[in-house]
Amino acid sequence: MIKDFFNKPKKRKYVTVPSDAPKHDVPEGIMTKCPQCKKIMYTKELKKNLHICLHCGYHHQMSAYERIESLIDEGTFTEINAELMTENPLNFPHYLEKIEKDRQKSKLNEAVVTGIGEINGYKTAIAVMDAKFRMGSMGSVVGEKIVRTVEEADRLGIPFIIFTASGGARMQEGIVSLMQMAKTSAALKRFSDNGGLFISVMTHPTTGGVSASFASLGDYNFAEPGALIGFAGRRIIEQTIREELPEDFQTAEFLLKHGQLDDVIPRNELKDKLTVLLDIHQPRGELAW
Amino acid sequence: MVNSLEFEKPIIELREKIAELKEFTAKSDVDLSDEIETLENRLEKLEKHIYDNLKPWDRVQMARHPQRPTTLDYIEYLFTDFIELHGDRLFGEDEAIVGGVAKYYGLPVTVIGHQRGKDTKENIRRNFGMPHPEGYRKALRLMKQAEKFHRPIICFIDTKGAYPGKAAEERGQSEAIARNLFEMAGLRVPIVCIVIGEGGSGGALALGIGNHLFMLENSTYSVISPEGAAALLWKDASKAKLAAETMKITAPDLKELGVIDDVIKEVRGGAHRDPKKQAEFIDETLKRSLKQLISLSEEELVNQRYEKYRAIGEYTVLNEYIGTHK
Repeated sequence: MIKDFFNKPKKRKYVTVPSDAPKHDVPEGIMTKCPQCKKIMYTKELKKNLHICLHCGYHHQMSAYERIESLIDEGTFTEINAELMTENPLNFPHYLEKIEKDRQKSKLNEAVVTGIGEINGYKTAIAVMDAKFRMGSMGSVVGEKIVRTVEEADRLGIPFIIFTASGGARMQEGIVSLMQMAKTSAALKRFSDNGGLFISVMTHPTTGGVSASFASLGDYNFAEPGALIGFAGRRIIEQTIREELPEDFQTAEFLLKHGQLDDVIPRNELKDKLTVLLDIHQPRGELAW
Repeated sequence: MVNSLEFEKPIIELREKIAELKEFTAKSDVDLSDEIETLENRLEKLEKHIYDNLKPWDRVQMARHPQRPTTLDYIEYLFTDFIELHGDRLFGEDEAIVGGVAKYYGLPVTVIGHQRGKDTKENIRRNFGMPHPEGYRKALRLMKQAEKFHRPIICFIDTKGAYPGKAAEERGQSEAIARNLFEMAGLRVPIVCIVIGEGGSGGALALGIGNHLFMLENSTYSVISPEGAAALLWKDASKAKLAAETMKITAPDLKELGVIDDVIKEVRGGAHRDPKKQAEFIDETLKRSLKQLISLSEEELVNQRYEKYRAIGEYTVLNEYIGTHK
């Protein structure tokens, strides 16, 4: 009996410690399980296939730098405004600590990477959001980096392409975050009035304030297959209207069906399609015929 | 009698006491005028103390007061010859937003605003002031019309937010809001925006890109409701009071953050105590604002508006990038 008493704590030792690791991150392991078809494949193979499932075509999330690598011609990318660092406009408790944590975890300094590079030879300004950093939410730095990239595209007379991935506004920056919607939209309006070409590619997920500002303002609005895109959250809508929503609600395909997108483009066709569009928008000389 | 709010209870109690004493004096021979005077002095002090020291949560309640004046109330007090115009010409008519042409001291203007209902029936018709995409598209149609005819635009903001519904998503709630932000940024006429009640997130912002942005003293403007923020940040909707403080959503907060141009003072105890008087306070600010904006050229107007939003945001610039690129 006394033995039992000493043994007991041992059994209790095994508790599940909540992990800090982001759920959708590609794990360190060599194998990855597809959340859609549940099949297991080599992570390296998946990566080589642009994180598209080899079996069912499910588009896994991709990091901002992987995206840039997959699109921009080798050796042509220059990152800009990487030195913009987050501040705490509302003095929100523990905000900057959370930012620091995400910075270390994601190896990003904020939720968007911006720069200038070439897509099959066409010089382009590009912004890529990364949902690994604070859910890709938009605070001052995200807004400012996007605006500066748009202004740079305007100055250089080159197109601007954005890949969105965001849960929406950055709660901890409150109204200042909301105003980034206004700021980015105003910059795009000016760019547009000056004849600039803007292509928006919405990736999983693009919701809230980001979907209700720059993500929807492209001369061309595209999305990746299966991407969640919408203004209000599914749960809030279900609570409001008290009915269950169709399974494909707020997916890229749903939006396409409802006339909200120009097209849904699989990731492995993106570079080619973007190249065609960039070519179509090149200044033309005299007719050849 | 106007509905009273939680924090007003001590005032209401004291008022009732005074009324009681007055009634007693009238009925009997006992002269209580001294006592009444003392109490009335105390009431004056108490009112001043409470109304001059409103907490963010108190202001949230004021902003949501069912009898708080709405866009149509202010239109009646501030403008003449208002003609309401309906429909987005694409899908339908959304009564959560009202708009039309009117005159302001003889000057033709376009007025647009969110519109709550005053009772349940009207609220259902107006969807509690929460617009669908067609509401925003109607607003934009009227703004473009204003631009064509060189009329200044005045927007009243008063919504919990854009309606989170299935149909709204299907018809492009995001796009409708985004389009308004985009187009308002480029309109070549003066735009004055005034938050009169709740300014709820993107649904409020979609009428909120102006050359000047004002807020009534007891209105709020936020990225998310205090309840929503509490649920999201602390997984506890009952912490709304704390969220109201942390999120900096009141008019004085936004003035301090540099997001709004000015706070329009309110009638003591809230706009609903005297809508007419409140309209006069708005009138003073609006007149000053429009006078200033009308003197600007179209280009200056667009630039001033651009710079105003361009400047919002807080960040630092490091000399050297410490992050890692692969």
